[in-house]
Amino acid sequence: MARFIFGRVVQSLILLCLVSMIGFAVLHLAPGGPLAQFALVPGMSQADIARIAAQMGLDRPLPIQYWEWFTRLLLGDWGNSYRDSQPVLSVIGSRLGATLQLMVTATLIAIVLGVWIGVMGAIRRYSVFDYLGTIGAMIALSIPTFWFGLVMIYIFSVKLGWLPSGNRSTVGDGSFFDYAYHLIAPSIVLALVEVAVWSRYMRSSMLDVINQDFIRTARAKGLPERVVLFHHTMRNALLPMITLAGLELPVLLSGALVTETVFTWPGMGRLFLDSLGYRDYPVVMGILMFSAVLVLVGNLLADCFCAIADPRIRLD
Amino acid sequence: MSGCSDDNNTDSFLNPTRRQLLAFGLAGAAAAWMGPVLGWVPGAEAAGPPAKPTGQAIVGLSQEPTVFNPLMLHIEVDEAVYFNLFSGLWRVDPKGNFTPDLASEIPSLENGGISADGLTWRIKLRDGIKWHDGTPFTAEDVKFNIELINNPNFRAGRRAGHELVKDIKVVSPTELTWRMEKAYAPYQAILSWTFFVPKHILEKEADPNTSSFNNKPIGTGPFKWVERVPGDHITLAANTTYHGGGPYLERLVIKYIPDMTVLYTQFRTGDIDYIGLQGISPDHYDEAKGLAQRDVMPVPQPFIENIAFNLGLPVFQDRAVREALYYGMDKQSIIEAIYYGLPKESEAFLPAQSWAFNPDLPKHSYDPAKARKILDDAGWVVGSGGVREKNGVRLEFVNSTTAGNHVREQAQQLLQQNWMEIGAKMSISNLPAAVMWGEYWMMSKFETAMVGIGFMIGPDPDATDFFASRSIGAQGGAGQNTTQYASKDVDTLLQEGAATVDQDKRKTVYQKMQTVTRHDLPYLPIFQYAMVSGTKAGLAGFTPNVNVQENCWNANTWYWAN
Repeated sequence: MARFIFGRVVQSLILLCLVSMIGFAVLHLAPGGPLAQFALVPGMSQADIARIAAQMGLDRPLPIQYWEWFTRLLLGDWGNSYRDSQPVLSVIGSRLGATLQLMVTATLIAIVLGVWIGVMGAIRRYSVFDYLGTIGAMIALSIPTFWFGLVMIYIFSVKLGWLPSGNRSTVGDGSFFDYAYHLIAPSIVLALVEVAVWSRYMRSSMLDVINQDFIRTARAKGLPERVVLFHHTMRNALLPMITLAGLELPVLLSGALVTETVFTWPGMGRLFLDSLGYRDYPVVMGILMFSAVLVLVGNLLADCFCAIADPRIRLD
Repeated sequence: MSGCSDDNNTDSFLNPTRRQLLAFGLAGAAAAWMGPVLGWVPGAEAAGPPAKPTGQAIVGLSQEPTVFNPLMLHIEVDEAVYFNLFSGLWRVDPKGNFTPDLASEIPSLENGGISADGLTWRIKLRDGIKWHDGTPFTAEDVKFNIELINNPNFRAGRRAGHELVKDIKVVSPTELTWRMEKAYAPYQAILSWTFFVPKHILEKEADPNTSSFNNKPIGTGPFKWVERVPGDHITLAANTTYHGGGPYLERLVIKYIPDMTVLYTQFRTGDIDYIGLQGISPDHYDEAKGLAQRDVMPVPQPFIENIAFNLGLPVFQDRAVREALYYGMDKQSIIEAIYYGLPKESEAFLPAQSWAFNPDLPKHSYDPAKARKILDDAGWVVGSGGVREKNGVRLEFVNSTTAGNHVREQAQQLLQQNWMEIGAKMSISNLPAAVMWGEYWMMSKFETAMVGIGFMIGPDPDATDFFASRSIGAQGGAGQNTTQYASKDVDTLLQEGAATVDQDKRKTVYQKMQTVTRHDLPYLPIFQYAMVSGTKAGLAGFTPNVNVQENCWNANTWYWAN
């Protein structure tokens, strides 16, 4: 396993280099730049903008800009944001808490509900519950998050006044209850799609296992149905879910673009959108590299856990 | 531009015992002005501001302030913070008059602050002002700031005007003098939006661009920095030793809400007390007017919506084409049907509130028949597809603006129909903001653009950047004359206007210039913008100001009346 991990890490580093090169090129070659938005600011002249471009080094050839960025990155300097001149890592760090809080809550709801719906659907295949689950999942997957978020706000905040209309906390409050209260609507909106995904995966995985010979054997030797389901079937059906959870890791930390915007949640998704709109190259590159690392780590972890959980899998 | 208004508030800042009086004056003026619009009961204001700072107000903005060194490159939204954290030498009030802030008087010809040739300036500062950390503010700070702006290693935003300042001499802690390289009247207006940063903190920094000051700013304004939660909000707290009126609020929270619909929803639910920047979008205006406990009103802005022509293209070099397109534009429908009747028609590049505004320009009328006749007379004959042409040039062009601006897209479609009727074919190609306003705009690569522009420098009508022939970026100039408009008359007038100190003489110059641009039509003026601002009922002291970029310019005088 150690050799496997070492090999994967080396592979990943090469991949990261490629990702950074492609990302950097695409970002910089896209028309427009970080200074375009200043063009219409009253009192700014073309001379001011040209001077600032030179001061920021934006007028140099692209390969030189890349090389400088890359060598600094190797030394641990991710650069400073163009927007608030803070180090990129601390900019990203300042958003991780909000994103983690929202994503972990939503994912927990999704896994618990999704696994339950999936298992129940598989056990009682073609029952009313199963049909409802299937139809519900289809609807949940097709509802635009943006619309659903606004409907939630309209019903529960504007009309009923039960929930806040967004934000992570009330300014100046910051108690646990206040945070939890603000978390309800966005985590439900975010969990909706996830529940659908998890329940579909879980259902089909359960059905795969439930029709296999060893289940029939277990039943034949007279084991109670409860033991058959939860000991034999579900344990095996959960294995593919480890891979799914591994893929979930980057999603957890890179946030939700739409939900965070609708609920004015100051997380990573919004940071990415804002930085992209501003062409804040250092931060966009920072988030890109950060997400790339998470994808690679997530996959690696999933492979390792699968091997640990399932002795049939050999990694070398 | 003598600056000193005869308002009773000019010098009352000096005398602390008159603070209450001043606040009453401002709040009373605000109530008197807005009362009829908002349905306020004047008696409700009788309570007046509290004796010590109380309560908080939450300002909701659709963009995030991120730059806290006011001298650095920044956008409009950042000024919402500057007005409350920092001070300048003087401020500009809603009427366009300057009122002293850090300075004890506005330098003018009359008080000897500016010499007759406009070259020597003497600034007198108010005594006893302290930075938020307790260090006294002195003339050395002023000198440091102007030098910092001109420091080649410093990423200063605007340098216009400051680069002319030479030989700054500190005479005493409350007085300094300098010499201008040439007379430049707009400098007074530029100084009204130049906010000062503390010398004693920034002089120690090796690199002023990445100073820790940028995220923990210290100023001399009515509020002190408390914290910033990135992507969410900024909290400021009352500065109880503020040298001006107020502050009456204990806390001012500036909240960032990126989506306009969500911003409006939070205003409806009462999560924010004031909706700033672009305010309430026009399509919500009708509904917003009916909200209980909310004061909603249209407020004029200094920006003019235009169709900009690229005069570098042969088709637009013919003035007849520009004039015909102007007659062929159904302005009223754009304003009424698309912008909900909010903005006001405009003929000039200056807002109607400017002291230099020319009210006597020819009025536009929508007259397709006349447009057709002008084109016929100029030799543009209808060719294939109903599109006119002359000497092989077809009257056909592309119009661009920021992609995703639905209101503008509707206006574009209306113009497309309007102009097809007179034989001009316009196609629409919109681009993302970062592309549209980059080289495409600055280097005149567009054909026509739909664009809202603030042509002035703060409250000053100097528009050299947009109209002088030496400001054409595409021809090596340093300005933003993207239409490539070149007129000897305008060049002369602009030079004269900038070099004259006397405001009445300047007024004549700029009025003449508006007549010339109205005739030449490098831009087709459509309307002057108005935003819909909203405040929670009971927030007293809120006064919109067309001369600043954000209406929380006077949050030091805000308080809760109920």
